[in-house]
Amino acid sequence: MKRFNIGRVLFVVLVATGSYAQVSSDRILHSAQEPQNWLTHHGNYNSQRYSMLSQIAPDNVKNLELQWLFQARSLEKFEATPLVVDGIMYSVQAPNDIVALDAATGRPFWTYSHTPDQAARPCCGRVNRGLAILGDTLFMATIDARLIAVDAKSGRPLWDIAVAKPESGYAMTLAPLVVKDKVIVGTAGGEYGIRGFLAAYDAKTGKEVWRFYTIPGPGDPGHETWPANNNAWEHGGASVWVTGSYDPDLNLTYWGIGNPGPDWNGDERNGDNLYSCSVVALDADTGKLKWYYQFSPHDEFDYDSTQVPVLADMQWRGSPRKVMLWANRNGYFYVLDRATGQFLLGKPFVEVNWASGFDEKGRPQRVPGMVPTAQGTLILPGNQGGTNWYNPSYSPKTGLFYVPTWANYSSLYVKQPVQYVEGRNFGGGTPRPTTPNGIRTTVNNYAREDEGYGAIRAIDPHTGEMKWQFKMTDVTDAGVLTTASNLLFSGGREGYFYALDARDGKLLWKFPVGGRVVAGPMTFSLAGRQYVSIAAGNSLFTFALKQ
Amino acid sequence: MWQFRIYFALSILALDASSVLAQHEYTDSEVEVGKAQYAINCVRCHGPEGDNITSADIGHGKFRRATTDAELVKLIQNGIPGTRMVSFPNINDSNAQAIIAYIRSMASTAAAAAALPPGDVARGKSIFEGKGACRTCHRVGDQGSRSGPDLSQIGGQRRVVELHRSIVEPDAEIVPANRLLRIVTRDGATLTGKLLNQDSFSVQILDIKDEKLKSFSKSNLREYTFVNNSPMPSYKDKLSTQELSDLISYLASLKGQAN
Repeated sequence: MKRFNIGRVLFVVLVATGSYAQVSSDRILHSAQEPQNWLTHHGNYNSQRYSMLSQIAPDNVKNLELQWLFQARSLEKFEATPLVVDGIMYSVQAPNDIVALDAATGRPFWTYSHTPDQAARPCCGRVNRGLAILGDTLFMATIDARLIAVDAKSGRPLWDIAVAKPESGYAMTLAPLVVKDKVIVGTAGGEYGIRGFLAAYDAKTGKEVWRFYTIPGPGDPGHETWPANNNAWEHGGASVWVTGSYDPDLNLTYWGIGNPGPDWNGDERNGDNLYSCSVVALDADTGKLKWYYQFSPHDEFDYDSTQVPVLADMQWRGSPRKVMLWANRNGYFYVLDRATGQFLLGKPFVEVNWASGFDEKGRPQRVPGMVPTAQGTLILPGNQGGTNWYNPSYSPKTGLFYVPTWANYSSLYVKQPVQYVEGRNFGGGTPRPTTPNGIRTTVNNYAREDEGYGAIRAIDPHTGEMKWQFKMTDVTDAGVLTTASNLLFSGGREGYFYALDARDGKLLWKFPVGGRVVAGPMTFSLAGRQYVSIAAGNSLFTFALKQ
Repeated sequence: MWQFRIYFALSILALDASSVLAQHEYTDSEVEVGKAQYAINCVRCHGPEGDNITSADIGHGKFRRATTDAELVKLIQNGIPGTRMVSFPNINDSNAQAIIAYIRSMASTAAAAAALPPGDVARGKSIFEGKGACRTCHRVGDQGSRSGPDLSQIGGQRRVVELHRSIVEPDAEIVPANRLLRIVTRDGATLTGKLLNQDSFSVQILDIKDEKLKSFSKSNLREYTFVNNSPMPSYKDKLSTQELSDLISYLASLKGQAN
């Protein structure tokens, strides 16, 4: 079922020879020194989605023009952020085809196609968010829970292993993270009663090196946060579906963990349900847990903490500190000490009614009665959260954290009984829309602002205060990119790709891409020319300044 | 465009007033304020029809722990301890009274729909095309205006109680796809259109005056605001009970076939 185009192998070798060097782990470690490339899913290990490139700037961004367009042979959502390595762009055509393109022209070198097992049942679209690379090898995690290594020059598969059973509801939609000689992935399936895990594989052989279960087993610390009188922990979800980060100085890799299952009915899983809705800090060599912080103990609102752990070094209350910035699906913006997991700040960035604040250790204080019921309970933010998996950005230049936001958005949480059946939906309820317009699913938009809206919100990490926002008439699933020239790129469901001034949110440029943007933008340069790429609709658009 | 030529007296609200225990007459503006307050504070739990909670079906005037308006005001402001009915201390007496006005109007409408006699589809079609002058604004098949909602398939889209309410209380619920937008261009031209689509930078409408599709850049507009009220007047005093029932029967029969 797999194929690759041998006819293009020679071509790609000829084109790439002379400019292409292997992507060593050292290059990835120092990726900030080569901003012309985009070597990891989030650009580099700190996941700031901030580029040092500055040719495109506020005063000339109006001169951006489309350079090329790649139309995917897929009607699935295009959620991937491409990699660019020395002039070659690698991306994923959903669900699981890798394409290698000339980054200057968009012309294809080769396509590797993986046909997922029919048992694959990802909850929320047959999607993929991107790739990882090490040496000359690309790595792709698939919706049928396989990890596949492919030769970056030829598209030839090198190894292909099963990570988990798709018939049990396991899937993978994230881009892998390469750390040293290992490829780290996590498993989705939080709506099917999986037991989530992160695992690291030897990049050369595909052999599993370590595994960290996101629900601790009997005898492991944290297991006591699950009931002792049933086996809820075995089907408790805690999935992983967004790529984590890595701090080489601490040798810690950070990952956000998804909701516990059943999603909306916690009756059979009393307790905090670790490590669901948490961030975990793992030793990158061994997978051992160094610390964790749980954003939403005993979640019943589907508040996956599968956001991107954004790492920043900043002055914190007068002292230098290694922090982690996190706008959570639960509506709070957090600052954590990433060496220890210490809670430093938590403040709502959208309307919140399920919690009223935090105790001194950073545990949220729940509002009594704010739980799903048979009749339904209105909760802010709603089921898709104040934000979700779409990547934020932190600009060290402006000092601001930028979050794709769903504002004034709520759901009516209705609880229903559910029994675990392998591979079947294990939700235990229904989140319902609370306005006539609901979460818009039609092409046309009739919404009023009081029914909820999307926005890019700029947050001062030191206070959690919003400095500015750029409102849209529809909600957004688009990621954010910032650059050293104080530009911010993003999009939304409305079908625009646009640039804002990162300092004040002023709109500087927009382009009607004609399809919803459900991916993160990235930038690279070739022969002294800066490009910006974004997936929208079923296509990948690349822009540069008019010459 | 919204012209209605025949006027009949029909006191639908009086049909079942006793069952909803109204305390006094409510003004239209009171009901309107109550509708807005209900949308903000109540609809999320009680639902648009007021019937989400079976044991407290306020949409049909069923209250378990209060009867009079005064009791209901107190209940709204204090909540019911130990239940999902939370307190709303932010709702002042005036707004609480308005909510009650709206709830009682909902109950009256539901009761009126339930009390209608059997209708006749053919007679209803005749009212639709003649006496009611409904085609002045509405379209069925290839006949009628496009300025109002197209009713060609309305029988498959709306329940009888909803059809009844739309006729006697056109402002009660305007579905998002039927929302109207009032636009003032930079050069001062004013027009009203059915909102077909919008985004952060542009808006697309059907001008209800000339039935033309028009698209505007928001940067070229001085003003664009949603029209909160339906341009359709209430028929509650314009049709007899039987005529109303006939008209509803006709509308309920429209499932997309040629008419």
